[in-house]
Amino acid sequence: MIEFKNIRKTFGDKVVLNDVSAVLQEGKCNLIIGTSGSGKTVLMKCLVGLFEPDQGDILYDDVNFSEMDEEKRKEMRQQIGMLFQGSALFDSLTVEKNIMFPLNMFTKWTYGEKMKRVNEVLDRVNLKDANKKFPAEISGGMKKRVGIARAIVLNPKYLFCDEPNSGLDPQTSMVIDKLIQEITSEYNITTVVNTHDMNSVMETGDHIIYMYEGLKEWEGSNQDIIFSKNEKLNEFIFASNFLQDAKDMRMLEAKGKIDNNRNMDELLK
Amino acid sequence: MHFFTELGRYLLMLKGMFSKPENMRVYWKEFMHQCSEIGIGSLGIVIIISFFMGAVSAVQTAYQLVSPLIPKASIAQVVRDTVILEFAPTLVCIVLAGVVGSKIASELGNMRVSEQIDALEIMGINTKAYLVMPRILAALLVIPMLVVLSAFLGVWGGRIAGLGSGILSAYDFDKGLLQNFVPYNVFFSLTKAYTFAFIISSIPAYFGYHVKGGALEIGRASTRAVVISCIMILFADYVLAQLLLGNPSG
Repeated sequence: MIEFKNIRKTFGDKVVLNDVSAVLQEGKCNLIIGTSGSGKTVLMKCLVGLFEPDQGDILYDDVNFSEMDEEKRKEMRQQIGMLFQGSALFDSLTVEKNIMFPLNMFTKWTYGEKMKRVNEVLDRVNLKDANKKFPAEISGGMKKRVGIARAIVLNPKYLFCDEPNSGLDPQTSMVIDKLIQEITSEYNITTVVNTHDMNSVMETGDHIIYMYEGLKEWEGSNQDIIFSKNEKLNEFIFASNFLQDAKDMRMLEAKGKIDNNRNMDELLK
Repeated sequence: MHFFTELGRYLLMLKGMFSKPENMRVYWKEFMHQCSEIGIGSLGIVIIISFFMGAVSAVQTAYQLVSPLIPKASIAQVVRDTVILEFAPTLVCIVLAGVVGSKIASELGNMRVSEQIDALEIMGINTKAYLVMPRILAALLVIPMLVVLSAFLGVWGGRIAGLGSGILSAYDFDKGLLQNFVPYNVFFSLTKAYTFAFIISSIPAYFGYHVKGGALEIGRASTRAVVISCIMILFADYVLAQLLLGNPSG
């Protein structure tokens, strides 16, 4: 379980995070959403230790991450996997070597054992025949999948994904969302996803935190979000008419007025 | 004030390099890779500039020594001492500051901007130890070797130019080479080579490691790294000359 209490982070005079607290659900897909500049990336970077918060505590299974010394942090970080916005694959290494890198660094396995594990995770993210390719030779969606494979190769307890859908087409985005969701439940990982992709919010958000101007504005699940009366959240989530219509449909569906599977054709006639 | 902030961050980066490697084999592999990148990668340019600087040095020395009282063998002596004392360590290292320095700064800068350094940090790797230390150690090993090679090639270039243009005979050149040879000059040259190797690797590593922004900033960091490395080489050159060669009568 990850818990953060009263996190405050400033850059110069600008307050980016102001007294943010939440508990992230174990073994679930936790989403941090918000407009650009709302502080969600900074919050995620504070959680993984890339930024030091000015104030507040971050607890992993009740152990205070903020108070750990460098050695303890190193150990802790081996339980964390992260998928970066731009995938952050090592340009000079092939797909296979990228995934093998954490194994080379932190295990004493034989080459055969490492290759077996690399192929396992590549299979898991549905990437075959890409072992010998360099990051520059594969598509954006494939890079994300390699990024996920590298993040899970050491069997982490926590998976952080920073905007996993950015720069991807809707279909590939859905594939990545589904993959993250499946990996979360399959490996019982606590996943934290930073996104402003509404499809991800509705499909994968077991637990959602909405950030607004450095503050936690709203917290709930993807079911609660439909009925939320929070104006700022509604403005953000249902920004377009299309999304507003989708929300109305979901509400009608939830109230039993329509049955999305059976009587839609009838209603549309 | 800004200078002291930068200096402090530079020293902290150097201090941060010293930690127990997570896996010695991976670090060793990275060190060998950097040795090859810095050494083999710069070999061509070092060979070319060394040969020509020796050749030009021979021709220009002959041009200036017009008195019939000065023996021809002195040309070889001047070429030898100039190449060993100044051209091989300083000129080669200034060129290497451009070749190796910009490479280190842009490589690390690109890794920083594309979050590869963050990815390593998340894995629990000391990025200063893994990325900066092997580059500095590789430079400290390989650059003095390149300087020694450059000295040999410079003298050889001077010999070929001297013989080719009929300035002096092979006998005169070889005789001059052995006259009044001071082994201390080689020590001085190597001291400079080690000092410059540290400058060439650590300053660009600092600028690359701390890049913020995008492609434009990587370019700027690379340029700054090369300019500051060159200035520091010239400054260190003067300081070392003053310390090790200054006051010869005293």
